Amino acid sequence: MSKAPPKGRAKPKVPYKRYFDTDNAAADGDTAGLQPVKLKRKNQQNVVGEFIRMQTQSKASKPLRPNKVKAEATDPDEARKSHVPPELLAKYSRGEKVEARGVKTRHFKEQQERKEVYLDYATEQAARTELLLQETAGQLGADEGEITAEYRQEQIAANVDLQSASKHFQLKLEFGPYTMRYSKNGRHLLLGGRRGHVAAFDWVTKKLHCEFNVMESVADVQWLHVPTMYAVAQKSWVYFYDKKGTELHCVKRLTNVNRLDFLPYHFLLAAGNSAGYASWLDVSMGELVGNFNTGLGDIRLLRHNPSNGVLCVGGSRGVVSMWSPKVREPLAKLLCHSTAMTAMTVDPKGLHLVTAGLDRNVKVWDIRMLNDQPLALFRLRLPANELDVSQRGMLALSQGNYMETYTDLLSGGGTGDRTKLPYLRQRCDAFVHGLRFCPYEDVLGLSTAKGFHSVLVPGSGEPNYDALEDNPYETSKQRREHEVHALLEKIPPELITLDPNEITGVDAPTLQEKIDAKRQLFHLKPPAIRMNSRRKMKGRGGTAKASRNKQIVKDTKRKEFIAEVRQAKKSVIKQHSSSKELAGDSKPKPPRSVLDRFKPKPQKKHKT
Amino acid sequence: MKVKMMSRNPDNYIRETKLQQHKLPRNYDPSLHPLEGPREYVRALNATKLDRVFAKPFVCNLSGHRDGVSCFGKHPKLLSALATGAYDGEVRIWDLANRLSARSFIAHNGFVRGIAYAKNGERIFTVGDDKTIKVWNSLAPEVGEEEEPVNTVQCRYGLHGISHNRKDNSFATCGEVCAIWDEQHNDPLKTLKWGVDTLHTISYNPVETNVLACCASDRSIILYDQREAQPLRRVLLTMKSNKLAWNPMEAFNFTVANEDCNLYTFDTRKLQTPLKVHFDHVSAVTDVDYAPTGREFVSASYDKTIRIYHAHQSHSRDIYHTKRMQHVVCVAWSLDNRYIFSGSDEMNVRMWKSNASEKLGIIRPRERSNFNYQEALKEKYAAHPQIKRIARHRQVPRHVLNAQRKMRAVKEKDQVKEANVRKHSKPGKVPYVSEKKKHVLKEEV
Repeated sequence: MSKAPPKGRAKPKVPYKRYFDTDNAAADGDTAGLQPVKLKRKNQQNVVGEFIRMQTQSKASKPLRPNKVKAEATDPDEARKSHVPPELLAKYSRGEKVEARGVKTRHFKEQQERKEVYLDYATEQAARTELLLQETAGQLGADEGEITAEYRQEQIAANVDLQSASKHFQLKLEFGPYTMRYSKNGRHLLLGGRRGHVAAFDWVTKKLHCEFNVMESVADVQWLHVPTMYAVAQKSWVYFYDKKGTELHCVKRLTNVNRLDFLPYHFLLAAGNSAGYASWLDVSMGELVGNFNTGLGDIRLLRHNPSNGVLCVGGSRGVVSMWSPKVREPLAKLLCHSTAMTAMTVDPKGLHLVTAGLDRNVKVWDIRMLNDQPLALFRLRLPANELDVSQRGMLALSQGNYMETYTDLLSGGGTGDRTKLPYLRQRCDAFVHGLRFCPYEDVLGLSTAKGFHSVLVPGSGEPNYDALEDNPYETSKQRREHEVHALLEKIPPELITLDPNEITGVDAPTLQEKIDAKRQLFHLKPPAIRMNSRRKMKGRGGTAKASRNKQIVKDTKRKEFIAEVRQAKKSVIKQHSSSKELAGDSKPKPPRSVLDRFKPKPQKKHKT
Repeated sequence: MKVKMMSRNPDNYIRETKLQQHKLPRNYDPSLHPLEGPREYVRALNATKLDRVFAKPFVCNLSGHRDGVSCFGKHPKLLSALATGAYDGEVRIWDLANRLSARSFIAHNGFVRGIAYAKNGERIFTVGDDKTIKVWNSLAPEVGEEEEPVNTVQCRYGLHGISHNRKDNSFATCGEVCAIWDEQHNDPLKTLKWGVDTLHTISYNPVETNVLACCASDRSIILYDQREAQPLRRVLLTMKSNKLAWNPMEAFNFTVANEDCNLYTFDTRKLQTPLKVHFDHVSAVTDVDYAPTGREFVSASYDKTIRIYHAHQSHSRDIYHTKRMQHVVCVAWSLDNRYIFSGSDEMNVRMWKSNASEKLGIIRPRERSNFNYQEALKEKYAAHPQIKRIARHRQVPRHVLNAQRKMRAVKEKDQVKEANVRKHSKPGKVPYVSEKKKHVLKEEV
């Protein structure tokens, strides 16, 4: 990984002569007739024979003016770039280059160019770390004449290693329809039964943290920022419990909550209740940072977009609206289905929104463009009642007690021709109420009316985790350390916007703002002018004179202002009318005659 | 069926013994690190806040002088040695590492006007109000021996400053004339004169060591070449310049501390307009010294504060003051770029950190890389209004705040007046003059 750091400025073509350089002519004379052999590293040496002369690294041995064709072929930039494939660079790139052409002064232009060189270098270094990734993703291939969808879980479990086979299990539970959540690092599982059963456990080692009955109905459960605390939406209020099952807190301001979600980087617990209120609770401060009526009625579908923290709420009218805690109107609305929606999810990269409606369609939308045409459409025989997208873009959906997964969101869907088959199918013993892919594992969790299934889906999870972000193997000390760092980096709720990178961009006025500024020009009032007249010696003009002077100054200032505004208005009108006139017919006015004064006057236009 | 499940071997992810480091595999895939922009912004905000929290620039106070401190001499080779002269003629050599006064002796009758170390640091040259140049050994005498100057040169005229050549054995004094001396001789090699005014500060160029610059009491700055018989050039400002410092890296630039609360950076090749006018002081600037990097300089002022400027920026990046510090007379930037020394009227020499929030002591590599990262973040997000506000805010003494307000009012008044005069005069009669050009009266060759 050792590489020369990038250089902002191109090297001078002729290297400066230094005192230790030997005379070039003499060196040339020495090497005349001898072929230079390039020195290779030991592990690369496969040359057999005698070395005539090693090429030294000193500058003297290089020709002073390399011939041009040769220089192009051995351009260090070209050689460097060829190491990393462009698609890999694109994955790690943070967007397009800034063109230095528009930059005004030479100084800033150079600065910008140098910055781009460093950014390129950073991108390349990040892309080169792909080499160091230890794991590869799982996969499942069918034999000749078979399809993957016909493989049963038992078959898959029998053919994989013991460690993976142990991840396939089933829990039979009796406290009614269950909801479930995996913790952010994919290590812990939380189950909540409608009839009060709450259980938290490490599902990999099958070690139970706690299990109890809250003796109330449970609508939803959600892990908080660490896998030692979780929130449970109970009959009327939201309760917080720790890993041992001790009640930590009861939030009475969150009432009748249907759905919970947690924004880990903002430390916000988002809740949607049956009266249509969306609430955001800052769990580090215990403060409701946003709590208002969305006007959507009973909120049954609620997911946050992981890439920008915006809360997506699906409604019974087939509209998905996106909410930020500090804005009382939706940031965006998208009509997805002509019928009521049954399920909704956002993919972990925050690129796609997947919705399902009673019209038996599953649609994939581009969440950044918000076009009115979906990117992909799945037509099903029954409406999907649960949806989830895995880290590597696999889609899982359930119809009643029947679950299907598709390998790819965009191309995996059958668009009516039914040629695209599901990747895996699974029939459960009861109605599926919750469906989540486990992060960093090839596992899909299904919570049904009668328990929980852990289903093996090879190739669904991201194989290589970043230990400073989520660590499935973290120790308690690391967890504490991580918690402190995460708290220090807590993003304020004001920064939840549709474009998360807005904060790094230039704050240029939008078109709407420009239009508003122009419009405001027509309703400007002259500002109040405050003027304190200078104190004068006694006898030098009385108060009357002073107030008259004051009035004069005020009048002139106001007149100036009015004249300025009028000028500005004129220029705006001229700017907009000139284009209209050019487009329309521009009749030349007939010359005025003396008798025109007897014509009836045109009526004055009323102000609109 | 061809099936492969992702299956991690815990041995690759969990350390074997407690003596090992934890294994932390990284994956730099941007999709695993969402909300990059806002998180980085919050980090930058925190870094800026921490910077202000840890901004404790005052290191120590060196007390011992029995009168106000008048001048400093920096040892060219030893970081821990500093010579200071006082109004009562006393010179003290400080051991900065132990914050002790290592040695003190009465050098002159009346003020010590200037101290300079020889180029190898073996001799100390002092000039004083008693018209003598004294040469001292920089090693302290044996126990029981008297402090004796190695050499004493009696001059016919008053002496106001001294500067030693960086590369050879000559030094220069100023007073009524500028005199070039050799260490071996008791008579000046050369005297240079332009007009009849007193020269009160002199400074050798650190790179082009034949060039000298002086500030004269007729408000001018004079450039000399010690090889020539005549002075080179002279530039006249609106007010007197108190001190002059050459930029050690871009040695064609120098900065003068002026009576009119400003500092001016000049390019020697173009004295007609200063490169930069440095504002922010509210009283006469008494001394200026460059950092060895040439990127920054520090200035002392009669308004009881010292300020640090970027060499190419008009406004100061930091201000240091204490309740007890009176009019600051002299200031010096240590040669390791980490400390600043200030000597003031109330007999104290103070030691400050050049970077107010820098951590002193050993910094481990991880800590160092974290500091570097925070620096980069602060720079990247410096333009954000909230971050800018926090980074810029300084608590200044009440008298400085009042003086700033007053100066602002005066400046606004002048601008209004000029605008009014311009409005009621013929177009072009009252030209726009840039702030830079206002303060330079003329250049003479």
